[in-house]
Amino acid sequence: MSAMTYAARDSLTMLRRNLKHALRYPSMTVTVVAMPLVMLLLFTYVFGGALGTGIGGTPTGGGAYIDYVAPGIILMAATSGALSTAISVCSDMTEGIVNRFRTMSISRAAFLTGHVAGSVIQTLVSITLVVGVALLMGFRPSATPVDWIATAGLLTLLVVALTWLAAAMGLVAKNVETASNMPMPLTFLPFLGSAIVPPESMPTGLRWFAEYQPFTPVIETLRGLLMGTGIGNSGPIAIAWCLGLTLVGYLWARAAFNRGIKR
Amino acid sequence: MTMTTSATATTVASATPTPAPAPPPTGSSAIDVTGLSKSYGDKVVLDGIDLHIPEGTIFALLGPNGAGKTTTVQILSTLIPADAGQARLAGHDLVREAEAVRAAIGVTGQFAAVDNLLTARENLLLMADLLHLPRREGRRRAADLLRRFELTEAAEKPVSTFSGGMRRKLDLAMTLVGTPRIIFLDEPTTGLDPRSRRTMWEIIRALVADGVTLFLTTQYLEEADQLADRIAVLDHGKLVAEGTPEELKRLIPGSHIRLRFADADALESAAAFFGSPAYDTEALTLQIPGDGGVPGLRAVLDGLERASIEAEALTVHTPDLDDVFLTLTGQPQRSGESLNSWRDNSQKNDTQKDNSRKDNAR
Repeated sequence: MSAMTYAARDSLTMLRRNLKHALRYPSMTVTVVAMPLVMLLLFTYVFGGALGTGIGGTPTGGGAYIDYVAPGIILMAATSGALSTAISVCSDMTEGIVNRFRTMSISRAAFLTGHVAGSVIQTLVSITLVVGVALLMGFRPSATPVDWIATAGLLTLLVVALTWLAAAMGLVAKNVETASNMPMPLTFLPFLGSAIVPPESMPTGLRWFAEYQPFTPVIETLRGLLMGTGIGNSGPIAIAWCLGLTLVGYLWARAAFNRGIKR
Repeated sequence: MTMTTSATATTVASATPTPAPAPPPTGSSAIDVTGLSKSYGDKVVLDGIDLHIPEGTIFALLGPNGAGKTTTVQILSTLIPADAGQARLAGHDLVREAEAVRAAIGVTGQFAAVDNLLTARENLLLMADLLHLPRREGRRRAADLLRRFELTEAAEKPVSTFSGGMRRKLDLAMTLVGTPRIIFLDEPTTGLDPRSRRTMWEIIRALVADGVTLFLTTQYLEEADQLADRIAVLDHGKLVAEGTPEELKRLIPGSHIRLRFADADALESAAAFFGSPAYDTEALTLQIPGDGGVPGLRAVLDGLERASIEAEALTVHTPDLDDVFLTLTGQPQRSGESLNSWRDNSQKNDTQKDNSRKDNAR
């Protein structure tokens, strides 16, 4: 077998290991899924009335507020997955088994690839769950099957990007507590964008930030695909952000992993 | 006259004028290290280490905490790079052929390198998968190792529920899935209770019978004495001594032959004959200093015969590794009282080691 085949096989072995962890100790997965679900309930039933009225004629064309907020919450499900990635990578690094892996003749990348692939799968499952609950709560997207596929594609790109970033954070964090704090900005950023309310209602400085931060084009693209609002040039910008963040996250994680052993 | 214990005989046998090295000379080295150095900032951890370890032997690196033992293992197991020096393991260059080195070695570290969230069997199967063993072969080896390490009953339990001893056993079992030719054991029994420690020792001895080379670090002198063919003492990043356990013990003074007599008359005539060395009229014993070697012993026996003095018992006392260690690493030597406690131990040890070596020679 070639080196590539071995690398793929080792990554699969590591993926199986991580999925086994997730299935056997589901508390982390449950927390990660529960967070966006609570947000969805909160923003639809508690704040929804007021916010929907405040926004007035919502950009989604006068429909219910849930149609505006659901794509934003879906995005939060993606960021919430990053948290669990950072924690699980960091706690894995404090175990002696990583040093065992390093002294074995196995693909260097496999450990990280396995973690990232496992987390991406988990996060995509949790996103699916959030979409399902939103539909039950009255979310009525106008998306065609092609739009749905494009949505899934964009979300996967985003989740891969966030997961690599979170994996790097988990590697550089000194301990699990730090690792759980580091992705906080990622989970907070959607609020400072168009996830919950349109940036037009924000003060000038914040509005400027909201317009140029990476999550806004992603949310706008999602909203456009699902609700048929105008995407404009958000699509390519969103994809560029995802690819760029993936590259940064991957290189950062690889460097952090190769830097040596954590004690 | 009777020899007190078989341990005495052992000590004498291994102290022949030309001490035969315990391992069979194979000619090829498993580990060859020259000038290995490592510093962290200003702190020199390893200061030019040379090691030559023949195949199929147990080598013990002995040193106090912070001497550089773990750093040595981490460098030789490709975990961290050295600042200077060369190393070849199983014929492969440590740096240029790191992958080949990794394929030849197995490492069991100071902190059990097991996956706590998986079961014991799953841990072993994980290793089999990462070694690209066929499914069936992996399952067979996992079952074999579980049986050999008496973990079969706990095989389906998560490792987080295991005791320290079980964890170490599993750790070593995981190292053995890949049938490595060189095994690093970094303080394999630190923190284990005496019973688990003995079990680990038995397992370790059995490994060498299979022709594996073992690189052991320990801060337990008894462990090095029990297991190792050769011992190197590491202190402040330098090797301060190297040799067989017996050679090391002879490095420091303190060897003596002790004779016990039936009555004070015999004791006194013997004391007079041997030039009144230290003697104890209550215990009826006489101590004659020597190097612990056979010629010295023969001289004493000949002397007794010539003077027609009957001795009841004879014991040869060589200093314990404790003495060697504390002397070499510049720490105060223990007092005479506490030395007595290890003597019993060291005699037992010698007996066991002798047995293990017989096993090895097979």
